[in-house]
Amino acid sequence: MPRPVQYNTKVKMVEMPPGYSGEGFYSTSFDKVVGLARANSLWPLPFATSCCGIEFMATMGSNYDLGRYGAERMGFTPRQCDMLLVAGTIAKKMAPILRQVYLQMAEPRWVIAIGACACTGGIFDSYPVLQGIDQVIPVDVYVPGCPPRPEGILDGILKLQDLVHNESLRRRSSDQYKGLMESYGIQ
Amino acid sequence: MALTNEIIKQRLTDKFGEQLTGWEEPYGLLTVTVPAELNLKVMQFLFDDEALRFRFLTDLTGVHFPDRKGEELNVVYHLHNMIDNIRLRLKVYVPVEKPDVYTASQLFSAANWMERETYDFFGINFIGHPNLVRILNVDEMDYFPMRKEYAMEDPTRRDKDDEMFGRG
Repeated sequence: MPRPVQYNTKVKMVEMPPGYSGEGFYSTSFDKVVGLARANSLWPLPFATSCCGIEFMATMGSNYDLGRYGAERMGFTPRQCDMLLVAGTIAKKMAPILRQVYLQMAEPRWVIAIGACACTGGIFDSYPVLQGIDQVIPVDVYVPGCPPRPEGILDGILKLQDLVHNESLRRRSSDQYKGLMESYGIQ
Repeated sequence: MALTNEIIKQRLTDKFGEQLTGWEEPYGLLTVTVPAELNLKVMQFLFDDEALRFRFLTDLTGVHFPDRKGEELNVVYHLHNMIDNIRLRLKVYVPVEKPDVYTASQLFSAANWMERETYDFFGINFIGHPNLVRILNVDEMDYFPMRKEYAMEDPTRRDKDDEMFGRG
């Protein structure tokens, strides 16, 4: 008896960007195609220092499955990744290391601060703890919570996908972006 | 005969006499205050003496008493006699203006990092320590954060109130 075969019929495809198509061709703007490709193949770099990292592990795992959004593989080298996920308390002694990791990532790069500690220092209003990672690197999305549930982290990643999808190709060479980088002392 | 607190106290008093003060036994843990210049001599005696044999340093830490004039900073040594399973606590008081204590790192290697930590947080200057630099805090830190004049949290900050975290 042949083994019953089940096909996954619930596969979702992203929508085609608006464009002009005819027989054998399709044209749209480069911005939209690149945005679409980037948003749906983000490479996450987890920078997990404490309990938010545990929630992030659940997010990566099969129950919540971050892979559904095209971020299947964690990269554990900053040089391959474009989405830095800072999950946990960053001590002041860790700050230069976090900054180094950020600097090693190639443009375009995005940062999500997961949890109260990465966003603001959280309950650790104290001399050894960095009061929010945005003191050393620019942050795109903040996920509140102590720690946030995996749904929260997924929501943050969806928000980031939205940002990536709609980002102009000129943004990274704009004066505003250069000014932002300069305010962090990054060339 | 098992080693008891009374025997330890007797042997120490025989050797050092009136220089050891502040004898107490909270929860059965013999505690004594040692003058700062004698701390190594006392520990060496406790280490070498065939009856006492305190050859393990469990812990070394500092305390800040801002109200005790002339003896604001305190170094606490926890010693352990592994053979008779008896513990002993030594206290050394130094003034905050001149917090000099002789290092115990020649006697106990474990004291090396513990003294660096105590220096890091309380600024106690361990004379003769091989590498007295900060161990836990950032190297650029220019104060000793566990001293009582530095508040744990800044009470004037508003951005840490409950309402900022959705708990208001």
